[in-house]
Amino acid sequence: MDYCPHTPQDIHQMQAVIGAGSIEELFADIPQKFRIRQMPGIPASLSEQETLGLMQAIAAKNRMPRVTLTGAGAYVHYIPAVVGHIIGRAEFYTAYTPYQAEISQGILQAIYEYQTMIAHLTGTEIANASMYDGASAMAEAAVLCAKMSNRSRIVVARSVHPQYRQVLQTYSWANGYTITEMPYTATGQLDLAALQNALDDSVAAVVVQSPNFFGCIEEITPIADAAHKNGALLIAGFTDGTSLGVLKPAGASGADFVVGEGQSFGNPVNYGGPYLGIFAAREKFLRRIPGRLAGATVDKNGRRGFVLTLQTREQHIRREKATSNICSNEALCALAAGVYLAALGKNLGKLAALNIYKTQYLKNNLLKLAGWKEVFSAPVYNEFALRCPDAQAVNEKLKAAGMIGAYDLQKDYPALENTLLFCATEMLSKDDMDRVAEIIS
Amino acid sequence: MSKSNPTDRLYSKDHEWVKDNGDGTAAVGITDYAQEMLTDIVFVELPPIGKKVAKGEPMAVVESVKSVSDVFAPVGGEVIDVNKILEETPELINQDAFHEGWIARLKLSNAEDLKPLLNAAAYDALIKEEKH
Amino acid sequence: MELIFEISKPGRSAADIPASDVPAIDIDEIIGGQYRRADLDLPEVAEVDLVRHYTNLSRRNFGVDLGFYPLGSCTMKYNPKINENVAALPGFTGLHPEAADEFARGNLELMVDMQKLLSGIFGMADFTLQPAAGAHGELTGVMMIKKYFEKKGEKRHLMLIPDAAHGTNPASGALCGFDTVTLRSNPEGGVDLEHLESLMTEDVAGLMLTNPNTLGLFERNIEKVAAIVHGKGGLLYGDGANANAFLGKTRPGDLGFDVIQLNLHKTFSTPHGCGGPGSGPVGVSAKLVNFLPVPRIIKRDSTWAWSSDFPDTIGRVRAFYGNFNVIVKAYTYIRSLGAEGLTRATEMAVLNANYIKERLKPCFDLPFDRVCMHECVFSGNRQVAESGVHTSDMAKRLIDFGYHPPTIYFPLIVPEAIMIEPTETESKETLDTFCDAMIAIAKEAKENPRRVKDAPLSTPVSRLDEVLAARKPDVCWKRS
Repeated sequence: MDYCPHTPQDIHQMQAVIGAGSIEELFADIPQKFRIRQMPGIPASLSEQETLGLMQAIAAKNRMPRVTLTGAGAYVHYIPAVVGHIIGRAEFYTAYTPYQAEISQGILQAIYEYQTMIAHLTGTEIANASMYDGASAMAEAAVLCAKMSNRSRIVVARSVHPQYRQVLQTYSWANGYTITEMPYTATGQLDLAALQNALDDSVAAVVVQSPNFFGCIEEITPIADAAHKNGALLIAGFTDGTSLGVLKPAGASGADFVVGEGQSFGNPVNYGGPYLGIFAAREKFLRRIPGRLAGATVDKNGRRGFVLTLQTREQHIRREKATSNICSNEALCALAAGVYLAALGKNLGKLAALNIYKTQYLKNNLLKLAGWKEVFSAPVYNEFALRCPDAQAVNEKLKAAGMIGAYDLQKDYPALENTLLFCATEMLSKDDMDRVAEIIS
Repeated sequence: MSKSNPTDRLYSKDHEWVKDNGDGTAAVGITDYAQEMLTDIVFVELPPIGKKVAKGEPMAVVESVKSVSDVFAPVGGEVIDVNKILEETPELINQDAFHEGWIARLKLSNAEDLKPLLNAAAYDALIKEEKH
Repeated sequence: MELIFEISKPGRSAADIPASDVPAIDIDEIIGGQYRRADLDLPEVAEVDLVRHYTNLSRRNFGVDLGFYPLGSCTMKYNPKINENVAALPGFTGLHPEAADEFARGNLELMVDMQKLLSGIFGMADFTLQPAAGAHGELTGVMMIKKYFEKKGEKRHLMLIPDAAHGTNPASGALCGFDTVTLRSNPEGGVDLEHLESLMTEDVAGLMLTNPNTLGLFERNIEKVAAIVHGKGGLLYGDGANANAFLGKTRPGDLGFDVIQLNLHKTFSTPHGCGGPGSGPVGVSAKLVNFLPVPRIIKRDSTWAWSSDFPDTIGRVRAFYGNFNVIVKAYTYIRSLGAEGLTRATEMAVLNANYIKERLKPCFDLPFDRVCMHECVFSGNRQVAESGVHTSDMAKRLIDFGYHPPTIYFPLIVPEAIMIEPTETESKETLDTFCDAMIAIAKEAKENPRRVKDAPLSTPVSRLDEVLAARKPDVCWKRS
């Protein structure tokens, strides 16, 4: 199947207008020695029906889990039916970036509304139109802080998602910045004393996450105070966005930037992507932050309208002086998040509460098992770490029962032997959770 | 149409003006021709007071909707004052580049810096040439 | 139109939450009152009003499914519907990225095969699918160049970038610590070889080249360009934004490119969703394979598995491995078109661009009059001189004729640039009516310039005040 509508007669007529004797003539600028006549290793075309059959067969090789007990940066939530219907509208789905505002008012207004909801949720004044994912949003915030301050060190809590820290490391290395990692305490939270010791005038930013990778809620205010006292900025991430339905956002506790993964808001886990990088900040950074921004203005008749604004921050104008090179973002995922948040409204608080109920139930169930212990004492949202007699055996049993088990923390934290990070969302029923405990025991 | 270039000051080839206050300080801005080229100015990034700039170094940034331009220090010195009003009303540069739209006042580090700058007549000639 | 906040009314909701089947507990007791948020000020709307709000917003938006979208450098081809059906299969959407490999056999196989197919199409040794978009891939590619020289112990701090390049190129170079140096174009629109030779020293890490370039012209001297860069030990970076011009005709790997990033949402038809998700796979020649980001998929015990055990890697650039669901769509596209379909797509894309070029040549200045590849670049200089009508005015007027305007004011080396990329999925009738509209607008610019300057006349809002938006930024609504 191909999607070229030309008939042989069309092609003939067009060649005549161009004055080309053959299609081949159009490729004459490619030196002959580099021309290929076929595509090595590329299979023949398929009909639509064959294509579907092929792809269904590939999808069928995946095993769909009955239950997913891992969060760790990607969260299985129920997605209201309206979300798919709205984002599937071709006017949104098949559009490019809204460069021409007059025929892009739909997405520009939707993004403006999204920015507003995100700023409110994160306790900040502004948010951009999105970044690639939570990790790259965090890394870009750190690079921005270093560039603004002419400082070269980033201090990051080890309780931040390990893969986020790796991305932060990659971006920092490329820019010539260094990373210092801060330990966590027995509560599962950042070691504040160690942080205070580590801070000096070389530190551009302190990076934490709350809830952090262990699920624990961090004490943001003293961290922000420590950072600010040393002239550093605070970048605060979060894990599951739904936590913002109930938790005080870091922006309300002094964070300068709030960044994180917005996948939870109406986007499927998709085996890793596409996701939604949330990037929110204090108003004073408005002209410095990366990424696109929708802004309200008026047309020449005084009607309200929206444009991509402050584009001089961006690479297509500032080129090598830009603080980021991002162009395409995750607009459709941001649209999904906007629809999701507008659909839930205040029910986001109820949903977050339900996540907490489920989490406590699962945790209490598991703690009844012989040899299972809590690892950290700080309060959690919907993830928690438990030590057990044999983490690998637990996950093998769950796998055999068709479940995706918990995240094995020892992979990233060698000291956390036989420690599993569980996640419970509204998708787990009481029966599921009872069965999990049964399978393990 | 550009306003005429006042004769009470000197000009750089990068379209900045310098008005020597005669007390070792000078006011600096961009010319009316420069603001016309830039079109509507939407933001001015001012230098911090106390910043030392060498002649020819970027000192401030002016942004229009579609462009970003450095303002180069036409003379070397220390920034002793900036036109804070521009932070809220950058359009002052469009309206009155030579007076209300001044950008910064510098304490000159070397009076010799003024010598190679153009007078109004020479600057008139320069922009006439650029327009062609 | 009203904002969602303006139609909000306390007590309404468009999504309900199931009753809890486990005991409800006192949240303050569990997490502590000091951690609770004070207020939750999200819109409160009924489902029907929510649907109408967003549906009405969608009616104020323009996508490929509505009409011709010749946005240069963006390859806005039709997005086949089967790809969407495939990508929505629960096996592809429902799997957690940390799922054990046993759950993800199909996904792993698909990605390994995708890497193999892309390597074959582009003549590269291997691909990573991790970057989330073209610019992300570009950053990844430049990071690999940096790592390559770091590993060799060479301090090269310069990156050459042609004056016609996308702004992302200098930005990506700078974000990896390179100072960027601008390389001039020659009068034919290609690389100025003498200038390249004079700039190319052992301080230069590489050249970031778009081929065909942003004028839509193929670099005829590519062999010499590659030889000059490689001759001084540098690497040749290929910006794959324009890959729709050569699939099945030549391969970047054969042309001497060491690293190339793709934009699956351009060349491989995945819908762009108003600005993303994209997907930016990066292909490398053999000498850069060790520097690819982790994780990578390897063969372990005769099945595919994730591995991060690559000591020379640049590291990770994204939390998880790529915009997987976008990759599924692009893979479906490649399998459905096959070798002959992909080649025919290239041929028709180039035919369409040349057809538009010939038809519009009499009415608009064509700065480089030679055979173009997948796009052609005109200048609006003539209209500016004749009647003061600018490219931006004509672009806005095109909206009234039912088209998305071309890319304008890019590349920067062409004044008043009009960059038209028709893609292969447009029929001759579509191209003809578009050309007729362009010609009519050129005529109108002469006869009734006021009308063109007032355009668009048919949209829900007229031209918007961008100066006000930038002077007094309002990016979040506030309750008044």
